[in-house]
Amino acid sequence: MARIAGIDLPKNKPAEIGLTYIYGIGRSSAKDILAKAKVDFRKRVAELNDEEVAAIRAVIQSDYKVEGALRSEVQMNIKRLMDIGCYRGLRHRKGLPARGQRTRTNARTRKGKRKTVAGKKKTVEKK
Amino acid sequence: MSRSLKKGPYVDSKLQKKIEALNKSNQKKVVKTWARSCTITPDFVGHTFAVHNGNKFIPVYIQEAMVGHKLGEFAPTRIFRSHPGVKSEKSTTPA
Repeated sequence: MARIAGIDLPKNKPAEIGLTYIYGIGRSSAKDILAKAKVDFRKRVAELNDEEVAAIRAVIQSDYKVEGALRSEVQMNIKRLMDIGCYRGLRHRKGLPARGQRTRTNARTRKGKRKTVAGKKKTVEKK
Repeated sequence: MSRSLKKGPYVDSKLQKKIEALNKSNQKKVVKTWARSCTITPDFVGHTFAVHNGNKFIPVYIQEAMVGHKLGEFAPTRIFRSHPGVKSEKSTTPA
């Protein structure tokens, strides 16, 4: 069982895919890591021997920011925006999209589930 | 799309002159400005700008962390006064 950066990698997947289970590593950086560690990227995770795992671990340790460290960095960046009170920070505070997207419709990723507000009923005016 | 590096950051030349003069004479004065698109440079740190938001001037005190942002980012142009329905909802269930 290969355990890298505090994450158990899936046994049956190719190493290139398996590494993407680590937060901060996608397909292209996974390929880079395997090339640097001189590991064949078609090898399955279960087929990696201890040396190869150690080599991969060393590469990630030296060149990449992953998991907790990366998450906290992202959080710090957002916090900085909020602290200086700039427009993007305000949008983060309100939980709305920060890059100028429309919010009249859509924007559900940021706003969460729809909260329907009871609309005003049209009253028929009497003359 | 980001600005060409060759040009450097956009800094309003009149504003820059004013700040240089203030820095030389070691003064701190509120500088009124309409140049919302002007990038904040390290020279601006510690000064207060009155940035126009289309209606009035919003005082903005420049901190270290604001360098690289634009002045307009700190003077919001829109005011959002909550929706009529949401207000009562919030008061009953404060998050």
